[in-house]
Amino acid sequence: MNRDLSPRTKLALYGALLILAIPFVFPTWWMVTSSLKPVADIFAFPPQLLPVNPRLDAYRRVFELQPFGRQYLNSLYIALVVTLGTLGVSALAGYAFARIRFRGQNLLFLVVLAGLLIPSEVTIVPLFQMFFKLGLVNTHWPLILVPIFGAPSVLATFIMRQFFISLPGELEEAARVDGLGRFATFWKIALPLSRPALGAVAIFTFLHSWNLYLEPIVFLSSPEKFTLPQALTQFVDAYGGPMWDVQLAAASMTALPVLVVFVIAQKQFVEGLAHAGLKG
Amino acid sequence: MSRTDTRVGRVEARPTPARSRPYWTARRRDQLTGYLFIAPQLLGSVVFVILPLLLVVWYSLHEWNVLADTFDFVGADNYTALADDPNLGPVLRATGLFSVGLVVFNLSLALLLAVLLNQKLQGTIVFRTLFFSPVVVSLVAWTIVWGFLLQDNGGLNGLLDTIGVDGPNWLRGEGTAMLSVIVVQVFKNVGLNMVLFLAALQGVPAELYEAAEVDGASRMRQFWRITVPLISPTILLTSIITVVGSLQVFAQIAVLTQGGPGTSTTVLVYYLYQQAFQFHHFGYGATLSIVLFVIVLALTVLQWQMRKRWVFHES
Repeated sequence: MNRDLSPRTKLALYGALLILAIPFVFPTWWMVTSSLKPVADIFAFPPQLLPVNPRLDAYRRVFELQPFGRQYLNSLYIALVVTLGTLGVSALAGYAFARIRFRGQNLLFLVVLAGLLIPSEVTIVPLFQMFFKLGLVNTHWPLILVPIFGAPSVLATFIMRQFFISLPGELEEAARVDGLGRFATFWKIALPLSRPALGAVAIFTFLHSWNLYLEPIVFLSSPEKFTLPQALTQFVDAYGGPMWDVQLAAASMTALPVLVVFVIAQKQFVEGLAHAGLKG
Repeated sequence: MSRTDTRVGRVEARPTPARSRPYWTARRRDQLTGYLFIAPQLLGSVVFVILPLLLVVWYSLHEWNVLADTFDFVGADNYTALADDPNLGPVLRATGLFSVGLVVFNLSLALLLAVLLNQKLQGTIVFRTLFFSPVVVSLVAWTIVWGFLLQDNGGLNGLLDTIGVDGPNWLRGEGTAMLSVIVVQVFKNVGLNMVLFLAALQGVPAELYEAAEVDGASRMRQFWRITVPLISPTILLTSIITVVGSLQVFAQIAVLTQGGPGTSTTVLVYYLYQQAFQFHHFGYGATLSIVLFVIVLALTVLQWQMRKRWVFHES
């Protein structure tokens, strides 16, 4: 429907887009601006679109009330380790399933693909019991091992396999004829060519780990081990009511860095996540 | 004599094939490399996916008491409890309501946004970025902000107040609570479906619209007669992705409503979490996991059937 539009239609379309954008943009705007207001101003009426008395008090209290710096590091290092681990596991497996012929290949691929059919919520009870018996409850191991090797990495392996299949094989064959071994071919030829797929996998794996909520609240119980999503819900007063300014400050610190990276690399984000959604 | 002969014969016969074909042929070595490459993923799948899936069946026949450290066989008790559970009906109803509401609202909005962004307008890339941005905002952070906006004295009711409407307590009312969780989830993730629809719309040949224009078909008619049929494979695909994703909703419920009021927003995954990890009924939690698995499996089979049909129609 790429037709030239009259100025009036254009104006109407811009109007519609602007109104529709409100529920997408306003919450984030409100989160950041309110985190800079004293509590009374958050509930002020009419609402202040920009803080009248901006202050960073809530940000200071985030770190006083909880070991928030520690929790931030927890989320960050878990997401980074999971992303690197998943890239390694899925690139190797995806390459082998796409390029190397070995006995039982199709059957083994089906075994791996089962992970796509089974939402992690289905296996959370037995996984909890397994890690409980191993004495690994209230450690970060379940949040690292299960995503790297279990169901979440299967989607990554699938995407990598599809990518390697679509890659022309001539370069690799030439390298093999020149006497390069399988691993060297993979490492020096195939992997550098697969940067777009690796980027997509890295983006959705990082976000998946960063946003994980059910698993942390099931496995972790001490505040210094918490991850960010779990920590965000803990800023409550003596009556269990949320401390809005502090909670919004913590939420802003969780959301803003990812948003900034998104704005810089939005093409990769949109394509990578849409790709993952399609294949899932 | 003959004995010696055979021995000599054997000894002589052996090296010849061994020399021409060593055990570690290039092909065998390559096979081994293949197994080594998939080993981490394969072992991981067995330990963290297949084994837990089998264990979930085993655990559904047992009751595990963490504190007393007992693990007792209870036969079909958990399954009779499931059949007698007065909450099961409402939970499945809430799950279905959430999924259907989410799919309808999400797909209509995604399609509307995609059609608007597909016009000849400057700056659509900016709007695409805005509509997509909640996808990358931390889920719990997004939910917390909406929790504030939707509470009784929150932002939305403040806004309604300015036009003289007395808004309800969105998260505490029977009907509005479900509506609220659906809306929060739609705005969070509709950007993904929007992008998929946009790609599909750009694949519709412009000549079709030109021809329809010549025939005097209205824009509405063109939309229903040309656009919708041509992008229907994408509509099917996105609805499947959205339904399966909707069954996994947890954080929004846990943060916004805790399943309430009553059980009106207690979806299956949240109920499973409550039973297993709040009330420590692990055996019953395992039984509910099986219910969830059966639903997902049924939807997947349905998806395959429908895709087959599409492939048939396309060819």
